[in-house]
Amino acid sequence: MAIELHPLEQFQIERIIPVHVGGIDASFTNSALFMCVAVLLASALLLWGTKRRELVPGRWQSLAEISYEFIAGMIDENVGHEGREYFNFIFTLFLFILLGNLLGMIPYGFTFTSHIVVTFAMAAVVFIGVTIIGLARHGFHFLSLFVPHGVPAVLLLLLVPIEVLSYFIRPFTLSIRLFANMMAGHTMLAIFAGFVVGMGIFGIIPLGVDVLLIFLELLVAVLQAYVFTILTCLYLRDAIHLH
Amino acid sequence: MDLAAAKMIGAGLACIALVGAGIGIGNVFAALINSLARNPAAQVTPFAFLGFALAEATGLFGLAIAFLILFVF
Repeated sequence: MAIELHPLEQFQIERIIPVHVGGIDASFTNSALFMCVAVLLASALLLWGTKRRELVPGRWQSLAEISYEFIAGMIDENVGHEGREYFNFIFTLFLFILLGNLLGMIPYGFTFTSHIVVTFAMAAVVFIGVTIIGLARHGFHFLSLFVPHGVPAVLLLLLVPIEVLSYFIRPFTLSIRLFANMMAGHTMLAIFAGFVVGMGIFGIIPLGVDVLLIFLELLVAVLQAYVFTILTCLYLRDAIHLH
Repeated sequence: MDLAAAKMIGAGLACIALVGAGIGIGNVFAALINSLARNPAAQVTPFAFLGFALAEATGLFGLAIAFLILFVF
């Protein structure tokens, strides 16, 4: 009994509306479709939630207020009140990644955050943005970020290259963390699902494992969005406060 | 040794990195249980989840290399 597995088929990009501009393929793909769905859902949550401004909030207003408070609290705690001006960006980032991860958990849904190009674009924006913010605020004094305080000069020769390396590796770790979590989770689900039919009556075992894995994946979806956002806040804190 | 066989071996070797992930996650939650047992009112659970995600991420870097070897090269 041959068990055929195609676990990576689910990440295939398909063109829904072919668009060719000049020599560039700018088609509307399934990835783009789910990004639009994520944006629409985020907008709907906030617009619907703030429609009626009751003092004792109803369910939608509660949701909108809770998500606002969550991010505002995160920024306040990790960046301080200078981080308030970056609230819009961090809130958008969190909701986009959260909805991206969760939309992939719907059957036949596409996880656009499981592609390295998407996560790397977001991580690159965060990294370049935070570096520019740091340079704009502190000028060349920003480079003191790489020279920890109270270190003897001999150790500095070893420590500064390590600090610089660990600074420049940030966009890569940020993006690969999200991408690997999403891709590994969905690939595992597909692999176990592939075993179910071929194993006959014992197929209930991979099915049970899949059910448990879906719980884990839901947790990981929310958690990875939270981790991306809180790391962005921490990098922002480093750039603004320089220690 | 032909390429397909070498890929399989490489992917298998790369997955050894997940041992570190397992140990790390175990450490994180052991510390969480210890601290909550000593002081149940401590609000360390968000840090436990942050630690879990970061420890898992390092293991998944290894898994990403395994997938890279298997399906890209």
